Formats: sequence, C-alpha cells, structure tokens
Amino acid sequence: MIPTSWYLELALALFAVGLLGFISRRNVIVMLLSIEIMLNAANIALAALGTTLEDVTGHILVFFVIAVAAAEAAIGLSLVVLLYKRLREVHLDEVKTLKG
Amino acid sequence: MEKVLFGYLALAILLSALFAVYAGNVIRSVLWLLVLFLHQAVLFLTLQAEFLAAVQIIVYAGAVLVLFLFVVYLINLREEVRLPRFLNSYPLAFLAAFGLLVAASIPLWKYQPTLRIGTLTPELILKEGHTQILGLHLFRDYLLAFEIAGVLLLVAVLGAVVLVRRIREGEL
Repeated sequence: MIPTSWYLELALALFAVGLLGFISRRNVIVMLLSIEIMLNAANIALAALGTTLEDVTGHILVFFVIAVAAAEAAIGLSLVVLLYKRLREVHLDEVKTLKG
Repeated sequence: MEKVLFGYLALAILLSALFAVYAGNVIRSVLWLLVLFLHQAVLFLTLQAEFLAAVQIIVYAGAVLVLFLFVVYLINLREEVRLPRFLNSYPLAFLAAFGLLVAASIPLWKYQPTLRIGTLTPELILKEGHTQILGLHLFRDYLLAFEIAGVLLLVAVLGAVVLVRRIREGEL
C-alpha cells in the first residue's frame, strides 16, 4: 500500500510545475496547458484522498473538475483564436491594449 | 512492486510536465502533455479508480488535447521557436514555484488519514464496481451538480462558437 502523503507530494510537485509554466511562459497556449497541468495535480490529490478516506465525494469531484477543465479549454482556446485574429500574436506580454 | 510502479509513474509525470513547460515548440508541449495524461490514468488505476482512468483518457487525451492541437495547427507559429520562451521575470517565477514546493511539502509529508467515511471501501468496489458506485452517488446525491455541469458544458460550447464566428458588416 502506497502512503497517501506520497500522492499528495506528487500532486504538490505537479502543481508547482504548472504554476511555473503559467507565470513564466509567454505563449498563451502553453499557459492554458499549464492550467491543465495544475487541474490534473488537484485531481491526483482529490482521487488519493477519496481512496484513502474511502469517500466517494473525492472521486465525484474529480469527475466535475474534468468537466470544468473541458469547458475552460474550449473557451480559453477560442479566446486564443480571437486574439490571434485581432493581433496576429499569441504572446501575452505583447498584448498591452488594456494596460492604460 | 507497488512502490516501484508509483516511483516510475511519479517520475514520468513530473518529467513530462517539465518537458511540456520547457519545450520551445508548442506541438511538443501538447504531445508531452499526452504522455502525462496517459501516465496519470495509470496512477488513477493504482488508486482503484478505474472509471476515472477511463474518463481521463477519453476526455483529456481524446478531446481536450485534440482541441489544443487543432488550435496550434490553426495558428501560424513558424517563428515561435526562435523567439524567447520565457518572460524577463522568469527567475522570480521560479522562486515562487520553488517557495510553494518548500513551504507546502513538510505539512503534506506529515499527513495522516483520520476518519474514514466508508462509502467507497475496497470490498464495495470489488463487489459492485467503481463505475456503479460512482454512478449511484452521482445520480442520487449530486444530481443538481451534474445538471449544472451539463449546462456549463453547453454554455462553453455555445460561447466558443459565438466568440470565433465571423462578424459580417452591419450586424453585431
């Protein structure tokens, strides 16, 4: 039996990698991919806790997180396409229209 | 044996996430993420969650990543490989992520499971199957949340269509 804390540490490390990608990359598509990595880290923690505490809520929450992630990817990618159509650019540090 | 499998899965997941974040070519990032999702499905299997493993492969690897690949192919990123990949504040970002890792790893390491709810015991999974237990609870206790998730997905699909449609002269 693998200890639950191992799963939690793995989820934490994966979340840190996703956070690093989200706040350091310039490309919007890679930033969206990093959000997916962070959501997957949360999924690992939820599934591990659900199995350890023998509670079905954790696994059901993983199901909902996957649904929300799919919706978020659809909207986010359509925003990326819109951004590219407007500015011919997918680098977020070049987009300064709202900076004031 | 279990621990060796977990070690391999953890190593593969972390390395593929790092490669996905660091890759210069976006297509490589997406493909590394595919590797991550497949390994994570096996990780769900080690947690006795076979339904989640199947959903992980079907939804993430099958739908979300294909969506990402479509957008990457739609957008011309030929000169992307030569541009700088990271912001100028990249060391600060590294510091933030590393700080999170250090600050949260010690309390997580000392985690001890306390109370057991008992709605998803291994015996129950063996008798009824993980999918059946999840389905029963989903449609009995979480029905409203399930419906709201359905509406959310519908709104997301409609929103994506509305956002990227071609705007003609004279209409909004």
